[in-house]
Formats: sequence, C-alpha cells, structure tokens
Amino acid sequence: MSSSPSPLLELRDLGCERDERLLFSGLDLQLAAGDVVQIGGPNGAGKTTLLRALAGISADYQGQIFYSGQPLPEASWDFARDRLYLGHLPGIKKSLTPAENLAWYLAQAGGRISIDEALAAVGLYGYEDTPCYQLSAGQLRRVALARLHLAEARIWILDEPFTAIDKLGVSQLEALIARQSAQGGVVILTSHQDLTLPQLRVVNLQDYRPGSVKSAAFHQTNLGLNGLSGAQNDNGEVVAHG
Amino acid sequence: MASQPSSLLGGFLASLRRDLLVAARHKAELTNPLVFFLIAVTLIPLGVSPEKSVLVLLAPGIVWVMALLATLLSLDGLFRSDFEDGSLEQMLISPQSLYFTVMAKILVHWLVSGFPVTLMAPLLGLMLHLPAEGFLPLLVSLALGTASMSLIGAVGAALTVSLRKGGLLLSLIVMPLYIPVLIFGASAVQTAIQGGAIGMQLAVLGAFLALAIVLAPIAALGALKISSNG
Repeated sequence: MSSSPSPLLELRDLGCERDERLLFSGLDLQLAAGDVVQIGGPNGAGKTTLLRALAGISADYQGQIFYSGQPLPEASWDFARDRLYLGHLPGIKKSLTPAENLAWYLAQAGGRISIDEALAAVGLYGYEDTPCYQLSAGQLRRVALARLHLAEARIWILDEPFTAIDKLGVSQLEALIARQSAQGGVVILTSHQDLTLPQLRVVNLQDYRPGSVKSAAFHQTNLGLNGLSGAQNDNGEVVAHG
Repeated sequence: MASQPSSLLGGFLASLRRDLLVAARHKAELTNPLVFFLIAVTLIPLGVSPEKSVLVLLAPGIVWVMALLATLLSLDGLFRSDFEDGSLEQMLISPQSLYFTVMAKILVHWLVSGFPVTLMAPLLGLMLHLPAEGFLPLLVSLALGTASMSLIGAVGAALTVSLRKGGLLLSLIVMPLYIPVLIFGASAVQTAIQGGAIGMQLAVLGAFLALAIVLAPIAALGALKISSNG
C-alpha cells in the first residue's frame, strides 16, 4: 500500500466495540503521506467510534495504532501535536465570537496563518466579532473548518465535515483536502457524500464486521451473539452511535 | 508561520481568558450563586428570630452553610456546556496539558462563584450581628474554603457531566467531601468570636486547599476522560 518504510499512521488489527457489541475488528490500514481515506459503512457501522479512537478521545479499542512507526500510547503526545480532529460537535463556544474561539485553538496547538486570514479563507470575513449564536449552522461549521486553515497538523481526522455546508463550501473543502494531501498530509474522513478526489481510498467498515466473510474466521466465538445484531444492521436500521 | 505552538503558560492563559469571556457573556448564570446566597441568608432572621442573641450564635454557621450551598448550586454547569458543544473533546485531545486546562476552568469557577460569595459574606455577617472580631476570620476561611470546594466539586461535576440529570448524584458525591471544609471553616469563625486562636482551623483549611490543588484537577481530568468515552 505504502512505499515509505514507516507510514505516518498505521492501524494493526484494530477493533472497536460499543455497548458490548463488536462493531468491527481486524482492521489493518496503512496511511502514508498524501493519503486520503474515506471511511464508509452504514449507520452504526462504527465510523465515529473509529475516528474517536484515532483522535485519542476513546482508548476503548483492541489492536494497535502506530504513529510514524511508534506505537500509541507512547507516541501520543507527538501524535496529539500532529493531529486535528473535527467531530460531530463543532467545539465552538456560541457565546464567543469566531475570532475568540479560534484564539483558544491557536494557543493550544499553534498556527501557520493569522486568525483573520483563516476566517477569510472560509468566507467569514467581516464576521470576526459577531457572536457565534448569531451565525447560521453552516457558518458555525465554517468557524470549525477555519481550524483546518489555521493548524499545522499533518493528520486530519474529519467526522462528517460536509454537514450543513453549501455546494461552494463543499468544493472548497475538497480542494483544501486535496491541498493537504499534496503537502504530504493524511486525511481520514467519514461522509455519505461521493467525493471526487483522485487520490481517495474508500474503506468500508462493513467488510470488517464480525460475521462478514473477511473476519468470520477471526471471530468465530462471537458469531452467535453478533450474528443477530449484524442482521439487524443489514436491514438498514439506524443504530445509535456517536 | 504566524505563531509557534505555544507554551504551557500560554495555553493556560488562553483557557483562562476564554472561560472568563464565556462567564462574562452569561451574566444571569454569573449572578445565580450570589443571589441565592443573599436571599437564603436574608431569610434566616425572618424564619428563625431577629433577636441579636440568637443570630450571633447562628451567624458563622449560616453564612458558611449558605456559601457551601451556593457553590454546590453552580457546580453542575462547570463542564456541561463544554461537553455539549464539543469543546471538551477538543480539550482532551489538545497537546496542551489537560491539568492546566482543567485548572483554568476551576479557577474561573471560583472567580465567579466562591470569590464574590466571600466578598459579600461580611455584609451578610453585619446583617446577622456577627461580632467585629469574626469578620476577618470569616473572609479568610471562606476564601480558603470556597476555593477547596470549587476544586473538590470539579471532580463531581466531571464524573456526572455525561449524565442528563446528574444534579442529585453530583450533590451526593460532593457533599461528604464538603463536610470537613464546613466544620473547620465555621469553627474558625466561631472560635474567633469567642476570642480563641484560629491558627489550627486555618492551617487545616489551607492544607485541604493545597491537597485539592494538587489532586482534584488530576481526579477531574481522569473523570472527564471516562465521561467522554461513552
């Protein structure tokens, strides 16, 4: 998959469970500089759970994660400095202005451009001092996305980044992801949208579900229990997650 | 490059600044503990007795109990809004030391609850006929005690942040830990009124605070990690 000796990010035999139900297991993935990976799968497949494990919010996983060839959690501080996570929740204080919100992120992780430039880049020029509760859902999302311009992190972990963004914003974000990839970064994202990026790789978590062909041998012991819940998922029912 | 990844102090100050700004924008929540403190203490003479002899006896205990309840009242929101808007996740995965980020939040909590309550206490002491020699011990003991209570309370708030209705549980977790603070705090004021030395009580309160500064943020950040895991 990767030509470099130690990939920027490597997942070995990763598995996550939620509420004592195994969501996926045996996930092996190598991400070298420039890779863009879209994590796919139906609702409840464990996309958010996987991203939260990668982001370091949840340590509730089996298997190993390597950052630049070093295993977590030993390398977790270096990883934290080199990683940017945008979750379902924007992480933006509504009572503060966009500039005040970004100032905190800037102080936490540093930045490569100024806050005003970052806000201008997401089309919020002139909104620096407007309280965030006066912004629309899409604008609020854009404040969070301004962190992508601001931060120096190489690894982006984006959970549904296209939510509430207009068409122009979607194409701008795609261009931004392409630029990050060209600059040697790694982007892992979930989205139900079809992306048009040429370097995109799609990993479907359904292939790693217990009971599926790939992992059947691996999890024979769990088959009886998980076969039932897996069947429910096949019907396309929404399973709560996140 | 606009700025270097910042220092420990820079991260702490940024968190402090952000939380103070958030507190300043929510003025209603800011005044809640103070208004509760004022109303509750004012009602005691009306409900018990306006007699000076009675109030002198009750004053230290009343002011201390009400200060404790005012702190307890404001605890629930300590991490709640961060949990709801996703800031907590970002705090947890930030490369900055989580200890100092949590410490900044607790400091702001004290600055907007315990500190104004402490400043207001002498005024209410006056209303309750607190003798003159009790004022300084009241101020000092409350300053030390409310700071300890903010720190201890943060652990309870962190443990219950992911529960939708964690208010009662929070009180149950935190209350037993508040009792020693209350005993030594009220005792300091009582002893001072009777003309005794209060070095011991203040020293114990100071020791509580020192212990809480070291341990409470660590316990709180551990609890926050557990709370955000689910």
